[in-house]
Amino acid sequence: MAARPDLVDSLSQLTLFSDMSRPELESLAHTVDEEVFGEGQRVLRQGLTGSAFYVILEGTAAIRIDGEEPWTLGPGDFFGEVSALGGEPPTADVVAKTMLRCVVVPGPELEEFLLERPQLLLRMLRAETNRLRAALEWRA
Amino acid sequence: MASVEQPFPPGDYGVVVVGSGPGGLQTSYSLRRLGVEHAVLSADEEPGGMFRRFPTFERLISWTKPDAPFPRESREYEWYDHNSLVADEPEHRALVPSLMDRTFDVPSRQEMEEALVGFAERTGITVRHGCRWEGTRREDNGLALETSDGEYRCRAAVFALGVTEPWKADIPGVEHAPHYAETRRPEEYRGKSVFIVGKRNSGFEVAYGLLPWASRIVMASPRPADIRVLGRSPLRVRYLQPLDEYSRGGSGAYVIDASIERIERRGDGYRVHTHGTTWKGELVFDVDEVVIATGFRTPLRDLPALGLATVSDGRIPAQTPFFESVSVPGVYFAGNATQGSPGLRKQGLASNSTSVNGFRYNARVLVRHVAETRFGVQVERPVVAREQVLGYLLSELAHAPELWIQKGYLTRVLSFEGEIRDEGIVPLEHFVDQAGPDAVAAAVEMDSQATIYPSVYVRAGGKLAEHHLEPHPAHAFDGEAHARELAARLESLLG
Repeated sequence: MAARPDLVDSLSQLTLFSDMSRPELESLAHTVDEEVFGEGQRVLRQGLTGSAFYVILEGTAAIRIDGEEPWTLGPGDFFGEVSALGGEPPTADVVAKTMLRCVVVPGPELEEFLLERPQLLLRMLRAETNRLRAALEWRA
Repeated sequence: MASVEQPFPPGDYGVVVVGSGPGGLQTSYSLRRLGVEHAVLSADEEPGGMFRRFPTFERLISWTKPDAPFPRESREYEWYDHNSLVADEPEHRALVPSLMDRTFDVPSRQEMEEALVGFAERTGITVRHGCRWEGTRREDNGLALETSDGEYRCRAAVFALGVTEPWKADIPGVEHAPHYAETRRPEEYRGKSVFIVGKRNSGFEVAYGLLPWASRIVMASPRPADIRVLGRSPLRVRYLQPLDEYSRGGSGAYVIDASIERIERRGDGYRVHTHGTTWKGELVFDVDEVVIATGFRTPLRDLPALGLATVSDGRIPAQTPFFESVSVPGVYFAGNATQGSPGLRKQGLASNSTSVNGFRYNARVLVRHVAETRFGVQVERPVVAREQVLGYLLSELAHAPELWIQKGYLTRVLSFEGEIRDEGIVPLEHFVDQAGPDAVAAAVEMDSQATIYPSVYVRAGGKLAEHHLEPHPAHAFDGEAHARELAARLESLLG
């Protein structure tokens, strides 16, 4: 079905999905759910099990660790993969700073979702490398 | 047409409830119990909502067990009866089983409709029927609703309109084919080949209903019909006979994973072009009939123009844990639309708000929240004796219908501020996200393999700890072992 054209358009504009063809994006749009959070709503919860993987479509979110907010996330950014893949609770809160629209993949489905899309994995790996570098600088 | 005897003339009300299906009736019942002045408006001529028409093939998919280990007038019985609205008075409870003729283990559409009409009559719910909501404005102190009978102003509006507006996926040529809602009597499909677009409940319902009549049935949609983990499946096994036949190689029914590229009208029939999703290639089907079973949407009218945020291709309003629009304050939802508040989605488990069993509790939770936060109502919080805490929580974990039906979404909370008080049933997301006094929240959850287990969330000194207790093969969460485990988890609160 050529359904979810709006979602496919939104996804196609994000770097994370830029290597994927239109049919691949359509298939992806059918496997993910969309979620919208109000300003101030928590998306990821430090210390609580069972979270998911999120990619921001619209709006901004803050990463909050022990009361500090070292980073802000925006469209195209993703979060939740570390705890979802590791099976561990998140080590930070993620809080919507504005109204926040995301696509979401439930934690238990993430591994299969990524293994089916190696080009997405590679994009994520690149982003993770940049994050690691930034984190090391922040802690230094 | 509205007559002069109709209740709720246009004017100012605390709350306006729009809709007279199960969501609207449960909301009105609960508002009255808490003394919140409100009007109920409905475009229909009678209560019942979608059950006045659907399901097309006349059988519900959610169970009601006329006989159960608990008496019908008890709260515990609600777990065995997923279709009756809930009341505080024992005589108004469990209306559906009293109407079932037991020819089947689920009620018929007609039995369900009768139970809803009966609930409204017995509990004295009044509705302004034949009054159509037509438009909405924001005002300084709330909202103004334009209707076919005039204007209603209110501090909060609860839209209980179901997810009832036929929605067709964006497929070229889809306009040529009728929607599920336009399905005709099954005998009219006799000997015909039928192509059904969609493999969720409405698609399978049609396919199942047509099995004795059609010569061939093809069901197709991009996503596989996933029933690997039944407890988490969006599909009810009840309808899966066509899938069973296909899996065994039956030649009358096909369940195919494909995107529908386009639908063409050809003579008296249709040609459907498909593209494989879980297989490579294309298939073209020449069929007599096409049914578009791609679902429904909430009839939101002009609410999106007020900035109402939606999910699922604009079909469902995005909501807070208390079912308020995340973007338009004062606009609440009841009924099936409350699926737009997914909750914590721990391990991907969504709330069970798409059917009466889940949303009847959502309406209660919503009403209490609105009454307390907008109308200054103080709902009693009974004191619980310290020595009764363990037994009470174990009993809730084992039998509370709210926790068992709304797994991972609703929770029972006790607060410890000097006295121990029962804070009632609240959304679990609200509990874990709000700061507050020392407290415990008890919930029933399900993991990704559909194992059901009890859990407790303990807030002590501002810090929240999550504890998963052991599952039990017979779901008996109130035995010795669970008592010991719970006592250990509550040590910081009970001393």
